[in-house]
Amino acid sequence: MSTSTDHESGSKRPRLIVALAGLVLALLLLGAGGFMWLSGDTAGPSIGGPFTLEDGNGRTVTDRDLHGKYVLVYFGYTFCPDVCPTTLAAVSDALDKLGAKADQLQPVFITVDPKRDTAATVRQFTASFTPRLIGLTGTPEQIAAVAREYRVYYAEHRTGPGPNDYSMDHSSMLYLMGPDGRFIAPINAEQSGEQIAAAIRKLTS
Amino acid sequence: MKGKTLRMLIAVAFTLVPALAFAQQLPIQVENVWSRTAAAGGNGVVYLTVTDAGAPDRLTGVASPVASAVEFHESLNDNGVRKMRAVASLPVEPGKKLTLSPGGYHIMLIGLKQALKAGTSFPVTLNFERAGQITATATVRQTVGGATMEHSHMDMPGMDMH
Repeated sequence: MSTSTDHESGSKRPRLIVALAGLVLALLLLGAGGFMWLSGDTAGPSIGGPFTLEDGNGRTVTDRDLHGKYVLVYFGYTFCPDVCPTTLAAVSDALDKLGAKADQLQPVFITVDPKRDTAATVRQFTASFTPRLIGLTGTPEQIAAVAREYRVYYAEHRTGPGPNDYSMDHSSMLYLMGPDGRFIAPINAEQSGEQIAAAIRKLTS
Repeated sequence: MKGKTLRMLIAVAFTLVPALAFAQQLPIQVENVWSRTAAAGGNGVVYLTVTDAGAPDRLTGVASPVASAVEFHESLNDNGVRKMRAVASLPVEPGKKLTLSPGGYHIMLIGLKQALKAGTSFPVTLNFERAGQITATATVRQTVGGATMEHSHMDMPGMDMH
């Protein structure tokens, strides 16, 4: 009786070890997969990517030039009198509220109106908010490419017969990108500077 | 003779006083008129509040010497996509504030003839259907944040392609 039990348990033990090893391996694989998924290594909807644009001084700026700092991206247009200035004023206010932490953050404005927004126009516009704000424009193709990467919708809305008689419909959203250029999270653009600062603090801590 | 003149003067004064008091209490009040700093050649904005203590009225037009064209506009939020549309007129209802503020209704200054500098001011003339013309003074404020926009009910906007 007792010998048979011993025999049985003796044959079971290796099987149990194999099962346990299998379980551990499965958990490890699951964990690694989960880590890769969370860190965005697997294919999925990505936001952001490489771009080549021009700043307010006519200098070429690429996405790589911005690596090393958190980047807060906003798409708009300078002829927008209401929503874009309100958002950029809030961003400027958020930078003040962030204090020293703001040194690690680069706010970037990208126009969706490359036809009217020349480098000089963009420079004048961004200067009225904060000198820390980089304004970017480019050829219609360059703007189309960067907007596609950020999934930004924009379209001309005609208001008259003249070539400049239009306003732009556009997505209004802030994109927080990591120092490695990877997308971290969207931030509601229609908040106060304090709320934007709080969101940035939470996402970068 | 002297007494009669005095009495007449007093009578005139008594009829004038209520008239003056009435003139000071216009049924339509335009308040909190402000603008943002903006570059010459670009576009600007004016925000304000209208209160009406009298009969229903309508804001039908607006003008300002600082811009080539001035229009009423509304900023709409279409599922995270911001759109700006011209509005022909705005209703002014008694007891109800008409607020032109960031992210909603606003006065758009198209083609600024001059830069709008912080601390300066400029006139804005509003045309009301009944009350007629009212000229207000807009004060240019430095573009600082803190103002939460209207219609800011956004879920995950901007993410979906249209």
